Amino acid sequence: MVGIVGYGAHMPRHRIKVEEIAKVWGADAPSYKKGLMLREKSVPPPDMDTITLSVEATKNALKRAGNIDPADIGAVYIGSESHPYAVKPSGTTVAEAIGATPDIHCADYEFACKAGSEAMFVCLGLVKSGYIKYGLAIGGDTSQGAPGDALEYSAAAGAAAFIMGSENVVAEILETHSFMTDTPDFWRREHEFYPQHAGRFTGEPAYFRTTMGAANAILKKSGMKPEDFTYAVFHQPNGKFPMRVGKMLGFTKEQIEPGWLSPTLGNTYSGASPVGLTSTLDIAKPGDTILMVSYGSGAGSDAFIWKVTDRIDEVRDKAVRTRKLLDENLTYVDYGTYAKFRHKILKND
Amino acid sequence: MFPSRIWRDCKHRYRLEAGKCTKCGKIVFPYRLICPECGHREFEKVILPDTGKLLTYSVIRVAPSQFTDQAPYAIGIAELENGVKLLAQITDCDVDKIKVGMEIRIEFRRIQTDSHQGVLSYGYKFVPKWY
Amino acid sequence: MRDVAVVGVGMTKFGEIWEKSLRDLYVEAALAAIDDAGVDHLDSMQIGCMTSGLFVGQEHLGSLLADYLGQRNLAATRVESACASGGLAFRQAFIEVASGMSDIVMAGGVEKMTDIGGDGATYALAAAADQEYEVFHGATFPGLYALMAVAHMEKYGTTRGMLSAVSVKNHHNGSMNPFAQYPFKVTPEQVESSVMVASPLRILDCSPITDGGAAVILTTVDIAKKLGKPIIKILGSGHATDMIALHSRNDITTLEATSVAAAQAFKMAGKTIKDMDFAEVHDCFTIAEIIVMESLGLYEPGKAGEAVLNGETGLEGSFPINTSGGLKSKGHPVGATGVAQMVEVVKQLRGQAENGRQLKNNPKTALTQNMGGSGGSTVVHILEVA
Repeated sequence: MVGIVGYGAHMPRHRIKVEEIAKVWGADAPSYKKGLMLREKSVPPPDMDTITLSVEATKNALKRAGNIDPADIGAVYIGSESHPYAVKPSGTTVAEAIGATPDIHCADYEFACKAGSEAMFVCLGLVKSGYIKYGLAIGGDTSQGAPGDALEYSAAAGAAAFIMGSENVVAEILETHSFMTDTPDFWRREHEFYPQHAGRFTGEPAYFRTTMGAANAILKKSGMKPEDFTYAVFHQPNGKFPMRVGKMLGFTKEQIEPGWLSPTLGNTYSGASPVGLTSTLDIAKPGDTILMVSYGSGAGSDAFIWKVTDRIDEVRDKAVRTRKLLDENLTYVDYGTYAKFRHKILKND
Repeated sequence: MFPSRIWRDCKHRYRLEAGKCTKCGKIVFPYRLICPECGHREFEKVILPDTGKLLTYSVIRVAPSQFTDQAPYAIGIAELENGVKLLAQITDCDVDKIKVGMEIRIEFRRIQTDSHQGVLSYGYKFVPKWY
Repeated sequence: MRDVAVVGVGMTKFGEIWEKSLRDLYVEAALAAIDDAGVDHLDSMQIGCMTSGLFVGQEHLGSLLADYLGQRNLAATRVESACASGGLAFRQAFIEVASGMSDIVMAGGVEKMTDIGGDGATYALAAAADQEYEVFHGATFPGLYALMAVAHMEKYGTTRGMLSAVSVKNHHNGSMNPFAQYPFKVTPEQVESSVMVASPLRILDCSPITDGGAAVILTTVDIAKKLGKPIIKILGSGHATDMIALHSRNDITTLEATSVAAAQAFKMAGKTIKDMDFAEVHDCFTIAEIIVMESLGLYEPGKAGEAVLNGETGLEGSFPINTSGGLKSKGHPVGATGVAQMVEVVKQLRGQAENGRQLKNNPKTALTQNMGGSGGSTVVHILEVA
């Protein structure tokens, strides 16, 4: 049996409301909130980045994994669009911070918002083939939205970490599928600070076509139907898309809600569906099945079918639950503080 | 800050690795060659606990150049569960609401950013313990 | 050990002295001391300077300053102990004469802090703290002393008003010192409304960035008699260090190095704190003066603040402290401070302090306390006029 042995998430305490951003750009807050099904998003302070979020998420994953020795982790893969360095993997610092060095494979992944699920995909393969005992897969971001752009309302920060292994599995991997085409819906050229996107082209031909492509393929492969699943987690760039694609595929609101965090978290990009998976595992019962379909612009989707084991009850509260991190102990900031935190203010440097 | 200085202290700053004197049990952080209490020269590795209480703090409003963007920020000395004392920034809280005796947890954070080009420094900071 | 006396003193005005370089400041003070002493040669020179390297890129001060002082081939030593560099240079000079190694030794101190921006000065000063475990995390000097202040206020109920009283007193004294950087009085309201630097310390709780030089000449009592100078003997000298990082110390509401150094000095002098008539102490921050008063044994722990508030350490009080204006009003050119304390003490013991700050009751015995960093090193001396 191969699957998730430990899981954990981390996110900032700071939040900013849609109204605060809309005020500055003269936009109509109610229509943004309605159109995006999103009220507020997380804001990382200057001392948080993808590396620090990854370390804290991993510590939670290690707590849930029980007594594993970090030195037994054979690979660390971090998927993000906001790795602190363009050249020097985030994984080296994270592995050092948890004591997993030096006998470990490391690579940083990128594929817009599906970089985290890629890391998960690869770790599962390495564990299954017997190459490594445990693999650490992290999806995390402190993504940037261009000032005044629609994406500014949703670009947020958060990370989820998964330790994959074959002993003491909490959620077994039953099936995977990856679907990918060359679809330029959202991109960032080298040396550019903010990404670009193609407006409405990011919807049907990109997010929906790709997500459904992966979902339909895995449903066919596994012989399962939407009603066979307990839960479903989709990539959540806003509150609307995951609900719509779920409905289009035949899933109910109730199946999607436990992993549906974007209305108050925003889009944590590479962390989006992974963090949604952690909040779903937090409330899942032994025997539950979970469909997870990520989406990364460019474009691709990784699909996973998980089956929760008996171990979930023993493990879920060994670290803080994702919903608690999402809902409690929050500090709201104004746009000026947000701009300062996100380095959007020009300074002589 | 030059890379070798950052690299050398990783095990302390990232993993809170300390040394426990094998003779008198005193825990030194960071690691030392000789025990300041009894003069013994052998230590065993211990990892510091990640929770404690604030003994004192101050809100820095006039900051040195690497920290001007973070001002005002708080620094404090906390006593960890095992008695070891440590100085660090106190983050993720309203600087006006910090109190002596407040319970803290240690989190991994970015400490310094060397302009647009330099190496990043990571380490420990205190956050209020809320779970 | 031979008996050692201080026979000549000199200092420059302290302040932002744009026209004068490091070497100018030192030489001016040194010449003033030489003239005051009336000596015709020096055997050796001990120079206190915290970090001419970081401030102006200049090391090798022994060679530079002996050269510019016109003292060819003179043995000259740079002494460093952060803000205690000056006091330590004085002690080294004392040891040299007392041991018989040299007869006439200059102890000088200098710091040029304004040839670099505010950021550069903060960076240079932070070198006195633990670079990897305090400064790396954003601790500043005011910050470290603020941590001590908060702990002291929490433990003993020391108040904001007590801190202000130190600043008010020192400014009152400094207003009469022609060499002071800030020769004007301040009120408690002004102190308490000045800009916050590191809570609870405000800018008027903190000693400033200053350029300046000071020098004294030490020699044997016999030579002092031949020079016809008032005999001001060094009765005791003490020197101690403490753990550099504040968080390593057992109790951050006392300054252990001060207590240990003072005990050494008192033992050498055969005296106690009760025999002292006045003192110059290291008020780098207002809280420092309060904690030093307690660490010297002058007051019980927790009681010094009230004593300042009651005027016990004012010019008319039972134990005047910092008649010069202290670091707060006189200024704090780091390496020069410890030597400037000697200059004030000698003036007072000779009855020559300017403008009404001379103590009226014929003071005989004085104590100086000069401290480095957050108390990581301290030098204490006891001087007495015959």
